[in-house]
Amino acid sequence: MVKEIERAGIAVVHICTVTPISLTVGANRIVPAVAIPHPLGNPKLSAKEEFGLRRKLVEKALNALSTPVSEQTVFED
Amino acid sequence: MEEKRIVLYINQFFGQIGGEEMAHIEPQSHDKPIGPGVGLSNLLPKNCKIVGTIICGDSYFNENLEEASATVGQMIKDFNPDLVIAGPAFNAGRYGMACGTVGKIAHDMGVPAVSGMYIENPGVESYRQYLYIVETTNSAAGMRTALPAIAKIAGKIVNSEPMGTPAEEGYISKGIRKNVFVEKRGSERAVDMLLKKLAGEEFETEYPIPVFDRVEPATAIPDLSKVTVALVTSGGIVPKGNPDRIEASSASRFGKYSIEGLDGLTSEGFQTAHGGYDPVYANDIPNRVVPVDALRALEKEGKIGKLFPYFYTTVGNGTSVANAAKFATEIAHELVNEGVQAVILTST
Repeated sequence: MVKEIERAGIAVVHICTVTPISLTVGANRIVPAVAIPHPLGNPKLSAKEEFGLRRKLVEKALNALSTPVSEQTVFED
Repeated sequence: MEEKRIVLYINQFFGQIGGEEMAHIEPQSHDKPIGPGVGLSNLLPKNCKIVGTIICGDSYFNENLEEASATVGQMIKDFNPDLVIAGPAFNAGRYGMACGTVGKIAHDMGVPAVSGMYIENPGVESYRQYLYIVETTNSAAGMRTALPAIAKIAGKIVNSEPMGTPAEEGYISKGIRKNVFVEKRGSERAVDMLLKKLAGEEFETEYPIPVFDRVEPATAIPDLSKVTVALVTSGGIVPKGNPDRIEASSASRFGKYSIEGLDGLTSEGFQTAHGGYDPVYANDIPNRVVPVDALRALEKEGKIGKLFPYFYTTVGNGTSVANAAKFATEIAHELVNEGVQAVILTST
């Protein structure tokens, strides 16, 4: 899906936990997520902390969209 | 004949521990055949014995790749096997990635490995050079044909019998070229192929050209405060009750749902339709899969121009690559028409 969206000329960032799959399917901007059943959350945190975590991940994704890349890139910490 | 030791790797489901709610379990080792190992024991040559079974949760393996690899690697070593069998994983993505990794671990120890997967399993593309992967159907209904094929290849490897080509033996090409002697020389074979091609007949190439379908990275967006950002997910978040009945696996459709005026996705309004992960956390707080709350906050602060008033969703669970590509092409077409320049796509 990532590839087809990018093929249409839209900048796309893939937030996912299993980054090797993302690399296999051809995503170019990849942000590693928290866990498979809750990629953008952590049930162990308080609601406020969890929102903070999610916001940070989304900001990281936005940052990836504004970073020029020439090849598949995983945006680690 | 000398006894050959075989170790089996399977997930929590085939290990008879549980379904998605047990996908988080850490690796465990047992000194007997379990699950498909019982059937395999009867199909393997008489001198082969499944001496151990290693079970690990699919989510644990993929979320903790390094730790899981180290633990499973040590467990394999402790059995001192002649061969490792992993799976079969059919079209289960996380399981296929785990089986492929196990194959690579074994390969790195100098131990051959065999698995079974559906051709679209991401484990095939990532790991096929490290192990023999028997081509299976896309669901466990194909267990009855997968196990004999795996047993046959496993038997040939441990007993050092000659291995045929992928087409002859039913495994997926490992991308290895082998020198062989044949009757006709190359120029004759090439002309034969050409004549068949001209006559519209079927012919088999001796060297398939690999297909690399890659898309160039899109140009970076320097100022996101001026653009509309859309959310797309393969995590199956849908309005409560799943009005369009998107399938829990092998999805045949996608949904487009309004988030206009919403500060986030609540459990009253949304849920997941995905059948391939434990749904508890996503049902409780759907923002954990589609982060509407965080993007809405960033929109209010002017960090992004606008959050597109709809999100697009499907279930990425055994869904064919052809369907996924078709959905995304339609979604992208709409987004381009709506002037959306950036997409955050989330996957579980």
